Amino acid sequence: MNRPAEFEAPTASVRGLLEKLGEGRLSVRDRLAIPPQEMPAQDPAARRGNMDEVALGYSEEQARLEALRCLQCKNAPCIASCPVGIDIPGFIAEIAAGRYAESLAVLKKSNLFPAICGRVCPQEVQCQATCTVGKSLKSLDKAVSIGRLERFAADRERESGRLEVPAVKPATGKRVAVVGSGPAGLAAAADLAKEGHAVTIFEAFHKPGGVMIYGIPEFRLPKDIVGREIEALEQMGVEIRTNFLVGRTRSLKDLLDRDGFAAVFIGSGAGLPKFMDIPGENLIGVFSANEYLTRSNLMRAYDLQHADTPIFKAKRMAVLGGGNVAMDAARTAVRMGAEKVFLVYRRTEREMPARVEEVAHAREEGVVFRFLESPTRILGDERKRVTGMECLSYTLGDPDASGRRSPVAVPGSEHLLDVDAVIVAIGNESHPLLLQTNPEIAVSRRGNIITDETGKTSMDRVYAGGDIVLGAATVILAMGEGRRAAASINRLLAEE
Amino acid sequence: MNKIIRKVRLSDEVYKIVVEAPLIAAERRPGQFVIVQRDTDFGERIPLTIADADPRAGTITMVFQTVGKSTHNLALLEEGDSIANLLGPLGRPTKIEKVGTVVCVGGGIGAAPLYPIAQGMKKAGNRLVVIIGARNRGLVIMEEEMRAIADELIVVTDDGSYGRKALVTEPLKELCDGDPRPDMVVAIGPPIMMKFCVETTRPFGIHTVVSLNTIMIDGTGMCGGCRVTVGGKTKFVCVDGPEFDGHQVDFSNMLARMGAYKEHENEAHDRCHIDMQVKKLEKERGEKA
Ligand SMILES: Cc1cc2nc3c(=O)[nH]c(=O)nc-3n(C[C@H](O)[C@H](O)[C@H](O)COP(=O)(O)OP(=O)(O)OC[C@H]3O[C@@H](n4cnc5c(N)ncnc54)[C@H](O)[C@@H]3O)c2cc1C
Ligand code: FES
Repeated sequence: MNRPAEFEAPTASVRGLLEKLGEGRLSVRDRLAIPPQEMPAQDPAARRGNMDEVALGYSEEQARLEALRCLQCKNAPCIASCPVGIDIPGFIAEIAAGRYAESLAVLKKSNLFPAICGRVCPQEVQCQATCTVGKSLKSLDKAVSIGRLERFAADRERESGRLEVPAVKPATGKRVAVVGSGPAGLAAAADLAKEGHAVTIFEAFHKPGGVMIYGIPEFRLPKDIVGREIEALEQMGVEIRTNFLVGRTRSLKDLLDRDGFAAVFIGSGAGLPKFMDIPGENLIGVFSANEYLTRSNLMRAYDLQHADTPIFKAKRMAVLGGGNVAMDAARTAVRMGAEKVFLVYRRTEREMPARVEEVAHAREEGVVFRFLESPTRILGDERKRVTGMECLSYTLGDPDASGRRSPVAVPGSEHLLDVDAVIVAIGNESHPLLLQTNPEIAVSRRGNIITDETGKTSMDRVYAGGDIVLGAATVILAMGEGRRAAASINRLLAEE
Repeated sequence: MNKIIRKVRLSDEVYKIVVEAPLIAAERRPGQFVIVQRDTDFGERIPLTIADADPRAGTITMVFQTVGKSTHNLALLEEGDSIANLLGPLGRPTKIEKVGTVVCVGGGIGAAPLYPIAQGMKKAGNRLVVIIGARNRGLVIMEEEMRAIADELIVVTDDGSYGRKALVTEPLKELCDGDPRPDMVVAIGPPIMMKFCVETTRPFGIHTVVSLNTIMIDGTGMCGGCRVTVGGKTKFVCVDGPEFDGHQVDFSNMLARMGAYKEHENEAHDRCHIDMQVKKLEKERGEKA
């Protein structure tokens, strides 16, 4: 990896700070005076033309400086705002002390996949939102970069080439099935395997990893990082059966009644793309973000030399939506050679659910943000190819019940956006297939599986978690849900 | 996994393969399909309808035509080779019930996936009329199998080299005009053929089922790449289909969508032909040397 040479030079020498720390003389004032460390990134012009990871990670010196910024607060509000309750001051203190393996061990107590979460968690609305440093310096941007430090600790371990495989208890002889290999399924599988159960993961796709493999692009989450976590699972004895669609290849009932699985965890994700339901949506050149990203990531269509799967070439592309999925689609389109990529969002930047870093990166790469705008129809030519998109302008109205200001269309503001492709990234709903074939599993009105506080569904021995329960959520929440359900299954099986 | 047990070249461009897939063989029902991917890293995922299955032997049969790069590469596999990935059975099975007289129309390789449906319709107690159509004699497939189960079999070819010189819609229209009228039609074949079958039966109001073979990626309802407009609504062929009421399908949109990557495909396919010629030449040279 070539790191740009000119990252911000530390103003205070790390050695001096460490000496003070060693002597117990490092004051809050000293810590607050250390400048926040920027993470080096690939140059925007260069990265528009490649799929390599954009954010390059801290150098050792940067990591230790950033770690020294943490005040080690006794009340640690960051821990409470982490969905899995990582001992954040604990792992950061180990980095400050240069004990990286110990740091990783602290992380792994609560988070199985820190290399992944360090890269994709929305830290600015979780741990970093409550950080005392950010509060003292009166800027959220100046909070301790907890995510970058998490990534650093995990990457150090990975770069050392060791593959840490958690210890596994003696075999219980009991089998558990896991449906889906996204973060929920992988986390559940890990905790079930540690307990000594024989775990089989069933995955519909030809590669495991769920959204982390088919949705989130290489330039944000390199696939070999996900691959390593999966490798560790396999070394723990977890069997992964790809090309296996539960509900079609084998029914859920058969897994329980005939194949000898004592329990099932469903982590099948929110895989049903939502469309706008406007005229012209089935024209050539309109895609769900799922399709566009799957072609590029899972099917590797970006590798024009080798891939058999084509990806649509567009000159001017509109991406509809304001979440991470929309950012990923827009940034992929840039890399696939689109001259102009518009991100069309109904509200304003403040309401966008995407990670702040992704928005900044998209902007640097030339994505044009069009706020307060939404399409009414997509236009096509006689060959049924997209030629443009008619949009309405919006203003923000009064806050709704959830406190979000809802967009209101401006009458008569119809105007045309000149594009030849449209990617719809307005969200995903729960994957219907498994539920269609298992009516005994209770679902909510929106199609999400209903579980109790242990993660159990209304069907005996069947548990669920992740996006299929929460609706489209996050990697860390999916993992947390997987672990909770695994703990319940472990209890259930221990009692028998 | 997914070993090719038997491979038969049915004509210049049409191959039949029998593949080891015990779970799919046990679960599949008429009308369902599989997603096939030859190579894990860079292969394309393509849908192929299951033409037959033997649950005891644990095998499924697929018939395909080499129309693009991926089917071409598939045709290069020999008996004993394996297909890296095979997912299925996918889609909703055909609704098979006793309605009276059922006409099954198979165009080109469509006759293969039509076979298990025709079989099911016959078993359910229907009078079964089968029409098989092909461009020429060499492309007529499943004739013997169909003859064994059909009450009436009509074979047509475009060029008259075998059977009657006609398009499948001609005998179909005659049957619709006849007495008693068919109660149901099942048409499987190239999109354009299905479209014309649907137009043929529309004035008679005869329920006509078609099986759509759109572009797909996952085959599980995750991407929407397979979507079509049916009765004014968007449907996903892989999970809502593959079979639909033909009178409701917007064929012109579907035909256009299937050509979304034409330029890319033509280029890739051309490259494939060139590669194959080069290989052949190299082999010949090698043999001479
Ligand atoms: C493009 C994109 C970008 C995102 N970016 C972020 C981000 O930056 N940060 C973040 O925290 N979150 C992000 N998310 C959300 C996050 O990825 C999801 O919340 C998370 O992956 C959900 O995990 P899961 O395990 O529940 O399901 P998934 O990851 O969706 O995995 C489900 C798996 O189950 C398989 N499956 C489904 N049905 C069956 C069946 N019947 N049989 C067998 N297998 C089946 C699917 O093929 C899939 O592999 C993003 C999502 C997308 C789409
Ligand atoms: S093939 Fe992806 S949804 Fe049908």
